[in-house]
Amino acid sequence: MILVVNGKEHAVKVDPETPLLWVLREQLGLTGSKFGCGEGLCGACTVLIDGAPQRSCVTPVKDVQGKRIVTIEGIAADHPVKKAWLAEEASQCGYCQPGQIVAAVALLKEKPRPTDADIDAAMSGNLCRCGTYGRIRRAIHTAAGTGGKP
Amino acid sequence: MSANQGMNRRQFIVSSALAGGGLLLACQLPFGRRDLLAATGSAFAPNAFLRIAADGRVTVIVNKSEMGQGVYTSLPMLVAEELCCDWSMVAFQASPVAPQYNRVSAPIMVTGGSSSVRTEWERLSLAGAAAREMLIAAAARQWQVAPSQCRAENGAILGPGGKKLGFGALAAKAAALPVPKKPKLKGGAGTLLGKPLHRLDSPAKINGAAIFGIDVSVPGMLTCVIARPPVFGAKVKAFDPAGALALSGVRQVVAVDAGVAVVADGYWPALKGRAALTIEWDEGDGAALSTPSMRAEYARLSETPGLVARREGDAAATLASASRRFDAQYEVPYLAHATMEPLNCFVDLKADSCLIRTGSQFQTVDRDAAARAAGLKPEQVTLETTFLGGGFGRRANPDSDFVVQAVQVAAAVRRPVKVIWSREDDMRGGYYRPMWHDRISACLDGRGMPLAWLHRIVGQSIVAGTAFEKGMVKDGIDRTSVEGAADTPYRIPNLQVELHTTKSRVPVLWWRSVGYSHTGFVMESFLDELAHAAGQDPYHYRRALLKEHPRILKVLDLAAGKSGWGAPLAKGRGRGIAVQECFGSYVAQVAEVSVDVKGEVTVHRVVCALDCGKVVNPDTVKAQMESGIAFGLSAALYGAITLKKGRVEQGNFDSYPLVAMNAMPKVEVHIVASVDPPGGVGEPGVPPIAPAVANALFAVSGIRVRSLPLTPENVLAARPGKA
Repeated sequence: MILVVNGKEHAVKVDPETPLLWVLREQLGLTGSKFGCGEGLCGACTVLIDGAPQRSCVTPVKDVQGKRIVTIEGIAADHPVKKAWLAEEASQCGYCQPGQIVAAVALLKEKPRPTDADIDAAMSGNLCRCGTYGRIRRAIHTAAGTGGKP
Repeated sequence: MSANQGMNRRQFIVSSALAGGGLLLACQLPFGRRDLLAATGSAFAPNAFLRIAADGRVTVIVNKSEMGQGVYTSLPMLVAEELCCDWSMVAFQASPVAPQYNRVSAPIMVTGGSSSVRTEWERLSLAGAAAREMLIAAAARQWQVAPSQCRAENGAILGPGGKKLGFGALAAKAAALPVPKKPKLKGGAGTLLGKPLHRLDSPAKINGAAIFGIDVSVPGMLTCVIARPPVFGAKVKAFDPAGALALSGVRQVVAVDAGVAVVADGYWPALKGRAALTIEWDEGDGAALSTPSMRAEYARLSETPGLVARREGDAAATLASASRRFDAQYEVPYLAHATMEPLNCFVDLKADSCLIRTGSQFQTVDRDAAARAAGLKPEQVTLETTFLGGGFGRRANPDSDFVVQAVQVAAAVRRPVKVIWSREDDMRGGYYRPMWHDRISACLDGRGMPLAWLHRIVGQSIVAGTAFEKGMVKDGIDRTSVEGAADTPYRIPNLQVELHTTKSRVPVLWWRSVGYSHTGFVMESFLDELAHAAGQDPYHYRRALLKEHPRILKVLDLAAGKSGWGAPLAKGRGRGIAVQECFGSYVAQVAEVSVDVKGEVTVHRVVCALDCGKVVNPDTVKAQMESGIAFGLSAALYGAITLKKGRVEQGNFDSYPLVAMNAMPKVEVHIVASVDPPGGVGEPGVPPIAPAVANALFAVSGIRVRSLPLTPENVLAARPGKA
């Protein structure tokens, strides 16, 4: 089947029930999307499917054929969200951060000036064991140019 | 990267000097710099921790595992400060496993105990100073001036008459000079130390380029999941691999000590293969384990005297003659580390070599265990440390469980293989923070201050049966079982702390902040109870008992002051305070909490004050406090691993929740300016949060919860009038 990932087409031969996450990681070598729970409970595997954030660990690859898939590797290094992430030093161990960033990119596309409540609603499915939530919240406000006061 | 190249790199690093030249570094290992993921050959390698390339780039070799705490920035800062280099030219690289990378004055390579900066400060400062002196000597020789006429600044040596040479230009010449035996530290104000420099590893982490153990891959690698016993201690009686082997992508099914391993082309077929296995287990007595019966057993044990860990005065006699005594029992459950990156380990085992790539906190221990499992000598095993998606102690296991299991699988398949644990495997795999039961009796003097305190602690030792027992268990007492209680700084004239060490099939292990994660909650909660019983303010009550501890008082005062302690709060909110000395640092926290009629606790704000002595990087120190609070809060509000018929009842984040964005309080961190020796920061943020929240809950509701976690169920059960 054909997958369109970060603007490139890839032909993959795989059990169609395989979760997208493992196709990205094992077939395409895109290991930025992380495995955390396998149940859509932690958000470490979050990718964009046609612009919407989805948990790739519970998304069968057959469901995303031909759709536009964007992973952390497909978000430009100078994207405002990534720049804000660096400015606020959001990362600690860093394992959950690709999923957090992808979720934040989707949030800001939907709501360019999110409130704290918007951030809670959009980001509470992305767990971080290091507890970087305060910095992630600040980074999202920074990326939105709201300085925390939308 | 092949094993062969790994050997080259190790040899390269231990050589004292090397003519410049192209060294290709593996892109799978953590290395990089703020703006560029690259490394070059080096011209100058004066010691194990530093090398300087002909283009002036400085690479600091870091012997501590990066698991969030920022060692790939703080440790290079220590070298760079003394080297006087240009910080923008500094890169880091994970060290290999070799004796020179062992912990200072210990024969193991380990990242733990909040010790990285504490133990490496001097060694890395001297490493930087030695290189600086050699660069100065090289420049002085070239200019034919005295070294005293030269100085190092921002990556160059400056000499008389405006002479200037960059480190890169001097590197090869410096490499030919003798390494000074007693380099002098430059002293004076730091140019880097104490500054909130950006982390060198952040760019790789936000771009998805950082390679964690689970990301390791080589051509031809297979992926494995293991069917582990449903109860601790169970053994495979029989298994039928046919169902698994019939599936496409499944290559092999093999029995290993840990269970039955399914080896496949990828994680998904391996997982499906495991689900298709038929296994008959001999469950043994582990199937009888249940949390309620263990709690009852611990409670019974707490009624009988244990081994004495601390005795001051005569607590029992004082209590016997007291007109009023206060008795309480506290409980904390088993806790899983639940690192975001589930356990995993890559192994490429050959007849005479073994390459391991994994996120280890315990490299020498894991390497030696791997060698035993593979029937090789330790020097035949190469262990490469990846980024760790969290550690918290789980990746420093004296049993090396996740490494040994992977080596056994590799021995069976004779192909490069990566064992991945599912979240459920990880959560049910044991090695928990022990469950504890504490029984305390106390009485007060005429001024309401503690006169006697008799404290019995019941629970498992985390080091019993390991190589660490000898050093950490004395006269039957594992010091980590009683730390924070037996050595309490509170002035209590009649104090007795006793320990019952229980045995169980449930494997236990250090968990971020170790013994203090338990004793901090118990000590700070019960002291709060006594303050209220004496009709005194909990903050001032603590102050009165800590008069001889100025550093604890300072953080207590700072946290109280910044939190507005004593000032009115919004209706329905309460404040709680707690303080802890541990890992060479001092932390006080004030939590602001509300609770609804259903018993749901919300933590709104946490003010944290820290004295960790001299600070390398205040921003990563702050981050560690924020992190400790979040980690401790997940345990305080939700965390419990429980057993039913020997089975762990939790499996994933639905049954073992973590604090999420919408439950994270606003956290403010205040650092005490200090010139004292450095203290730890990775762990000390954890212990005070649970008691601060529990004490705040009491302040706002009159509900004293003595059993963690603070779930609605436990909160409602603890309402006054409920037994």
